[in-house]
Amino acid sequence: MIAHAVFFYVFSIIAVISAIMVTVSKNTVHSVFFLILDFISISCLFIMIGAEFLGMIMLIVYVGAVAVLFLFVVMMLNVAQQKNQWFYSEATSGHIPIGLIISTIIFFELIIVVGGWKYKPELLNPNTTKISNEISNTHSLGQILYTDYIHVFQISGMILLIAMIGAIVLTFRKREGVKTQSYLKQISRERSEGIEVLEVPSNKGVKIDD
Amino acid sequence: MEYVNLVFEEVYKILFLLIPVLVSVAMIVWLDRRVWAFVQKRQGPNVVGPFGLLQSLADALKYIFKEIIIPASSNKIIFILAPIITMTLALIAWAVIPFGEDQVLANINVGILYIFAISSLGVYGIIMGGWASNSKYPFLGSIRSAAQMVSYEVSIGIIIINVLLCVGSLNLSDIVLAQQNIWFVIPLFPMFVIFFISALAETNRPPFDLPEAEAELVAGYQTEYSGMMYAMFWLGEYANILLMCALGSILFLGGWLSPIDLYPFNLIPGAIWLILKILLLFVLFALVKAVVPRYRYDQLMRLGWKIFLPLSLIYVVLTASYLFYFNLLPTI
Repeated sequence: MIAHAVFFYVFSIIAVISAIMVTVSKNTVHSVFFLILDFISISCLFIMIGAEFLGMIMLIVYVGAVAVLFLFVVMMLNVAQQKNQWFYSEATSGHIPIGLIISTIIFFELIIVVGGWKYKPELLNPNTTKISNEISNTHSLGQILYTDYIHVFQISGMILLIAMIGAIVLTFRKREGVKTQSYLKQISRERSEGIEVLEVPSNKGVKIDD
Repeated sequence: MEYVNLVFEEVYKILFLLIPVLVSVAMIVWLDRRVWAFVQKRQGPNVVGPFGLLQSLADALKYIFKEIIIPASSNKIIFILAPIITMTLALIAWAVIPFGEDQVLANINVGILYIFAISSLGVYGIIMGGWASNSKYPFLGSIRSAAQMVSYEVSIGIIIINVLLCVGSLNLSDIVLAQQNIWFVIPLFPMFVIFFISALAETNRPPFDLPEAEAELVAGYQTEYSGMMYAMFWLGEYANILLMCALGSILFLGGWLSPIDLYPFNLIPGAIWLILKILLLFVLFALVKAVVPRYRYDQLMRLGWKIFLPLSLIYVVLTASYLFYFNLLPTI
């Protein structure tokens, strides 16, 4: 039990410190790396409470895919150059009230959740579904997700799909004058049409580009 | 005192697994170069030791005694962390590989997800190395490699789903035991081919070695590294290749099971069979390196997203409907 407590405190301290470092560190790329460290320690905490499937999925989805995209964006856009400017500059200081409102809402939500969990545990009703120790974590999750909550699950899948299509439509633009290869055309080329003999008028040339 | 004994026992077990893995990584580098040379009618490394077997050891010694150069404008902490992360991730994934019934360091319920998660973390070593070098070629190489590894992970994940549909468990030992009647390479042969090609891309092996395409990018993300740090990248890369071969033999080639369940074959321990299967897959990896030219980058992306992803999704539907129709779905 002591080992369990030690590991719990180690992982939570790492999680809290790296979460603070995400906002404090000056270099944006370092912030992303601290965010990754945070994700990893949170998934370790998940594994410690016995939710090994959630922990692994957290690692695969957040660390393996989402954070890679974060890193991509931060590295490519060179956000590091404009550090600290947005906070003071006249043009963008309109962000601050909105940010304050959102963070206040999140703060009160957290207070409600934690308070309810502490003082009125029966409101949160944690025992609606019996968790037995005989079946594995993944199995019990699947049994709930694909039976009682199948509609919610499907709808959230749909929302994600629509969001993905929307993002592609918004960023997609057809560029003019870009030469692309047609694999079908390349493969289906015959020997007879491979070479074309042209009469080239003197001083005029021919246009071979199509 | 009890805890101390427990810790020592675990450390002993871990060393018993890690040292053979590290030695076999060195041997596998030699084998890779030998196979590559034989395909091209060369001799390959054959001077140090019998058949050149100690060549990798000599190389490692050379790397150890070389100076480690850290570029002045690099981000030093991340620059040093990158090879460490690559090597650590390549080694910790071996904890869940079963070498026989109950011969496994950590027999966890979500073994296959663990390996998948660790291999998806492997991209960070490369991105960190490329970014921290603060140089153009490493950065380009690391960006390429990140996009490539993320894309091919998707198809590997869906291929794993195919296997899991037939097994009904995420435990690697259960996956092997489910193949006692028939290895999954026979019913899922197209998936095995796609898995093999995706594994080539995932480990940055030729013909998908664009992150270190020496004709364009010098050595990609490894350009600025020297001495022991370069050797660690190199060890991590080959340990990853071995891991992918082990994963392939567990998912499709029946892991530690012997090919024929008859008297003389039963006596051979399962670990030997697993090692033979890993070696078979690795020789295939080495042959592909020797015979196939490098892919162009857009073709690589097209192969991953437009061909492998739809094919493996279609196969998921086919496998699921076949199992459902003939009532073969595994009972948990």
